[in-house]
Amino acid sequence: MNAVLGASWGGVKAMTATSGPGFSLMMENLGLGVMLETPCVLADIQRAGPSTGLPTLPAQGDMMQARYGSHGCYSIIAISPSSPQEMFDLAIKAFGLSEKYRTPVLIMADAVVGHMSEKVVIPPPEKITTISRRKPSVPKEEYLPYQADSNLVPPMANAGEGYRFHVTGLTHDERGYPSDSVEVQDKLVRRLIDKIEKNKDDIVMLEQDEMNGADVVVCSYGISARIAKFAVERAREEGLKVGMLRLITVWPFPEEKINEIAGDIKAFVVPEINCGQISREIERACHGKTDVVSVPHLGGGVHQPGVILDAIRKVAK
Amino acid sequence: MTLTLEPVHKMDKLLRSDRMPHIWCPGCGIGTVVNVFLNALIDSGLNPDKVVVVSGIGCSGRAAGYIKVDSFHTTHGRAIPFATGLKIANPELKVVVFSGDGDLIAIGGNHFIHAARRNIDMTVICVNNLAYGMTGGQKGPTTPLDAISQTSPYGNTEQPFNVPYLAASCGASYVARWTTAHVRQLKKSMEEALAKKGFSLVEAISPCPTLYGRMNKQPSGLDQMRYYRQNSVYSDGADPKEAAITYNGKIMVGKFVDVERPTFLELQEVSLKKVFGTEK
Repeated sequence: MNAVLGASWGGVKAMTATSGPGFSLMMENLGLGVMLETPCVLADIQRAGPSTGLPTLPAQGDMMQARYGSHGCYSIIAISPSSPQEMFDLAIKAFGLSEKYRTPVLIMADAVVGHMSEKVVIPPPEKITTISRRKPSVPKEEYLPYQADSNLVPPMANAGEGYRFHVTGLTHDERGYPSDSVEVQDKLVRRLIDKIEKNKDDIVMLEQDEMNGADVVVCSYGISARIAKFAVERAREEGLKVGMLRLITVWPFPEEKINEIAGDIKAFVVPEINCGQISREIERACHGKTDVVSVPHLGGGVHQPGVILDAIRKVAK
Repeated sequence: MTLTLEPVHKMDKLLRSDRMPHIWCPGCGIGTVVNVFLNALIDSGLNPDKVVVVSGIGCSGRAAGYIKVDSFHTTHGRAIPFATGLKIANPELKVVVFSGDGDLIAIGGNHFIHAARRNIDMTVICVNNLAYGMTGGQKGPTTPLDAISQTSPYGNTEQPFNVPYLAASCGASYVARWTTAHVRQLKKSMEEALAKKGFSLVEAISPCPTLYGRMNKQPSGLDQMRYYRQNSVYSDGADPKEAAITYNGKIMVGKFVDVERPTFLELQEVSLKKVFGTEK
């Protein structure tokens, strides 16, 4: 993980990939990446845990670790692909977001998507949009590595370009110099959070299907969303009004959108391969406006669509 | 007519004077090692814009914050992998890791041995004060057997690493050790290390009177320096196996290793050429 951070400061786009236990090990330096505001991508092909768990059978048990795994307060961007095509497309998107917002971006896939063979269309390079970090525009001696402008993201100089900057994992001021002041801590951490949370409109990606007039909305992500879709289609055949909301970005969490939907429906049904990590987040976003039914799976496999269908039937009555 | 004297020091260009005073204790040797390093850097003729300094955590880890090149203060033990990433991303850079024995040899020990094994082109400066200074003088991976520390009040019962031997046995291209009482020799070794292709290590035995010295009958920096002067044994080309540091014993100093081995990037280029017919 540190080699990835170093490489990014060396001026390249850098990433690494892991599964479960490796993700736990990388938490320390994911925090350093957040604190140094280092663009990079980290893919976690989730397996069932805790510990070595089931190598390498699927789970989605690292979703909260993705959000809160490193110590301290911060925000993060996490993307959850549902197919090999999305692994390709969203990896490009992840790099773009990491460069734009100067933050590590997590690709929270799972062992099914990770092992899956499926058709992938790779467009010609000129059709692919890439984003690179914004470079400083001030004279080198005036450059302050952590002076952000209105979009809250500071321009970034790479090592070896003559800016002679210092960066540290310690709480630091705009010069990058360490400080133990409460004010500097407040200003820095608030900006690290705000640069992501206040740009949700640009970051968040959702897929919505037949949400208008729905009584029940199934909300899921990654491989679980594909299985949920099958259950949703069966439920619709039975005449139930079921919408489908797929979280393509899971973090930052689209709580405003969830809250808006909550007012119009009887319940959310949330299948995920963990014991309810995102379902509790949805519950929080609903402010009690509607029921949230978690459909957990403890990992090693995926849901049987029938289990999700039963949950939909139960709340749709 | 008034004459205004602008205080100019030859280190001003390479030190962040706006960060002074530094955090190190009176009698500490880290400042000496920084000073020697900057002198070596000036005389090496390297372009400081292309030099990066990476530190981990601890008293020595603060060096990156005072040296005015692109400098990185990273996490505990992780300076070497961070430096590895920088070097691989931009091979033009001269990458220097400046950190302490606890950071490099204990928590960072795994990174240290593999960087030496892979012969990654970097210079590691290991300030070895024989204990953990910043956290209160606990024993560490280099604390001599029988030495007193906060966590070995009756004498250390753990056998320490012999740092030059560790580096040499893992494949380092250049290994030298001096104490802070040997500033000229230390500077020469640092210059050689900076000019060396591959993994180079310069160990600087350095006083920590506040924590190590105080508990081991060398209560001032001067006492420790006197001990170094009286007990250092100079032997260029000696077997690093013999360089273990014993409690209040002799300290073997000199250059232990200076060999040519292909570096990580060189071997990668050879392979890329073989497979693809081009370098990149």
